[in-house]
Amino acid sequence: MDIPSWLQSSLIYLAAAVLAVPLARLLGLGSIIGYLGAGIAIGPWGLQLVTDPAAILQFAEFGVVLMLFLVGLELEPRRLWALRGPIFGWGSVQLLGSTGLLAGVGLLAGADWRLALVGAFALSMSSTAIGLGVLAERNLAATTAGRSVLSVSLFQDVASIPLLALLPLLALGAAATGGGGEGWGALRALAVVAAILIGGRLLLRPALRWIAGSRTPEIFTAAALLLVVATAALMHSVGLSMALGAFLAGVLLAESEYRRALETDIEPFKGLLLGLFFMAVGMGIDFAVVWAQPLRVAALVAGFLGLKAVVVLAMARALPVPPGERPVFTILLAQGGEFGFVVLQAATQGGVLGSEPAAVLVAAIALSMLTTPLLLVASDRWWAPRVAAAGRSAMAPLADPQAAPVIIAGFGRYGQIVGRLLAANDLAATVLDHSVEQIETVRRFGWKAFYGDATRLDLLRTAGAAQARVFVLAIDDVAQSVQVAQLVREHFPSLTLVARARNVSHYYQLKALGVALIERETLDSALMSARSVLELMGWERHAARNQALRFRAHSIDLMERMAPHFGDEGKLIALAKQGRAQLEAQWAQERAEQRDRQARAGWVADSVRGEVALAPEIGDPADPEQAHQPDRDPQAGAGVDQR
Amino acid sequence: MAQALVLVAHPQLEVSRVTRQLMQRAARLGERVEVRDLYALYPDYWIDVAAERAALAEPRLIVWLQPIHWYGMTPLLRLWLDEVLGFGWAYGPGGRALHGKDLWLVASTGGPQASYHPTGYNRFFFDAFLPPYEQTAALCGLRWLPPLLLHGAHRADEATLAAHEQVFADRLQTHPDWPEMAALTAADGCDVPADARPEAG
Repeated sequence: MDIPSWLQSSLIYLAAAVLAVPLARLLGLGSIIGYLGAGIAIGPWGLQLVTDPAAILQFAEFGVVLMLFLVGLELEPRRLWALRGPIFGWGSVQLLGSTGLLAGVGLLAGADWRLALVGAFALSMSSTAIGLGVLAERNLAATTAGRSVLSVSLFQDVASIPLLALLPLLALGAAATGGGGEGWGALRALAVVAAILIGGRLLLRPALRWIAGSRTPEIFTAAALLLVVATAALMHSVGLSMALGAFLAGVLLAESEYRRALETDIEPFKGLLLGLFFMAVGMGIDFAVVWAQPLRVAALVAGFLGLKAVVVLAMARALPVPPGERPVFTILLAQGGEFGFVVLQAATQGGVLGSEPAAVLVAAIALSMLTTPLLLVASDRWWAPRVAAAGRSAMAPLADPQAAPVIIAGFGRYGQIVGRLLAANDLAATVLDHSVEQIETVRRFGWKAFYGDATRLDLLRTAGAAQARVFVLAIDDVAQSVQVAQLVREHFPSLTLVARARNVSHYYQLKALGVALIERETLDSALMSARSVLELMGWERHAARNQALRFRAHSIDLMERMAPHFGDEGKLIALAKQGRAQLEAQWAQERAEQRDRQARAGWVADSVRGEVALAPEIGDPADPEQAHQPDRDPQAGAGVDQR
Repeated sequence: MAQALVLVAHPQLEVSRVTRQLMQRAARLGERVEVRDLYALYPDYWIDVAAERAALAEPRLIVWLQPIHWYGMTPLLRLWLDEVLGFGWAYGPGGRALHGKDLWLVASTGGPQASYHPTGYNRFFFDAFLPPYEQTAALCGLRWLPPLLLHGAHRADEATLAAHEQVFADRLQTHPDWPEMAALTAADGCDVPADARPEAG
């Protein structure tokens, strides 16, 4: 029986991905290289299961489009506007700098000026798909490096528009291009962008609301995909970047209430199509060209990576990108990109380039994309640690042994309050923080704080952990806090830990390590707010205080009772509910008793609360003696039940 | 099971001589004596009533160990009365939780004995400041034992202090077999009518 071709290719792609990606991750290489490897394996130069990679590449490019739509969703117009400087400033520095340098070297190597210029331009593009993929995988999107990579990628997308329009002008002997046609095309492009912007603002949200109102989840998913496809098609029809169009649509919807829903719907499609895209890139590497002149291709890859890295490193210095993020930043922007393929294809079709040099350039770009994940792994091992060490040397870690009786690890919002109270009581404390910025800030306020990573045992020793009596654990990062607690418990058992817990699970983790003095960081401030609310609702200030303190004791007691069941969510919820019910029942009973007593005594219930926590009757204010003493029945003068 | 409960109420234990020394001695007396340092237990003036009442259940002897401040109780001990000795629990209808136990005040004063005299700067004999204590005991059905006092605590020499501490320890250990017990009558408690709640006035 014949298997339909779509079924067969689905089988091949899905099986290759399912096999190769977990294998690559197991080897510590990341998913992107898994997809690329799978592509090479099933492609024309591997098992030859797929013979027409170009067709699938076209389809898979839609993954990049979806990705940029999602990136747009994360960027409200306001934030995009704030990024305009980096996008146009640093984007043009990267693109023009790289193109200029590469073209110059190409000319010196004796290449034709058209080849040098177009080739340099194609090579100076960076892969948005790999770049943003790696940033997401490493959780770096919000860092300086992450934002800069995004800015440069966006600029490359924008810049490719005029470039693709100019390519025909470079064509050999094609001087007679219709100027009027060009103008008309630009006008149409502008009109389409304007239509997307205006239509997006005015129509998208009502349309989505109408679709969401139909309460058919798959139709909403279809609408989300349709939105991206339509925008991409519209942009494509006027020769603009589909990805850029999707990005614009995403930005327009970033402030809408459907942002999260759109994200969840598009995310799986993006992931699969991006994987397909990487596989297509792997399949597209023309190993015939590479085998024919391996040294030349290798030199080309190494050369263009090196030259681009020079430009990017200079940018990293000027921006500045923090030293620790520079390796990733440099590698992601130095690699070639999928847009290079588009440029080279257009140039070949337009007759600017011969097919042979174009194939070499395409292979070089694809190989650079293949080497990017490998370079990242290598840099993690050899480059990043050295850069990190160099970054530290800008502020030397604590080196002189300290002898203060108290050590404070983490000197942010929490540690500073602890430190100030100690200092006011003339208590010496050794202050550690792992953030250079934080230390610079507190030093400006006259604090002597040391740079140092408290998760390092040698540094704890230098800080005097062996002689100190109290270790204040005020680090906000839960994982690091637990790590330090573990170290201290293990190596300095006589040192008493006073810990800050970010939340309940952090509290239990510290508890399990044997830390006795733990404060949940929000408990007391929240109770103070609750007191304010009770006061505003008519409770006497002192009664509000008493209730807050009783609640505090109850809450801590409940935490202790729940501690053995940490991890068993069902049990925890049951205990929490039970504890709340007990407290509510107890207090309700007390209120009833109070009402009862007041009723017997002929009290008029307070109109705001219905019950008042015993305000002692104040005597005639004219009589100062009386003003201090509740006017009570002398017989029972000693006994006051305040509850 | 503890036979004696020593409630310590000194707001500035760090500058105390007498109270601190007696408290430390009581703590060394073993299981017979339970010491509760109220200012350490409730530094925020929030008293765990249930825990306090539980601690009162077993002992036959309740000791208030305090310096005399402003002719009376230190504030947290006074608050302890407010919170723990509730109507219907320690006094009033059904309030018999403490009935039949003994109450012993162990106190020190800064002023010398001579100052507690109509001709001294404290103008009254010390006994004149005790009725609130005695009546508190009576209301709760507690037998009021003769207080153990040390006047002029700041100037007491080591020998005096040591002798004072020894009396304190002996008394704690020998209770209730004290020589003067035969002369003391058990407290009957006072009947408080149900409508005599303080806030009803």
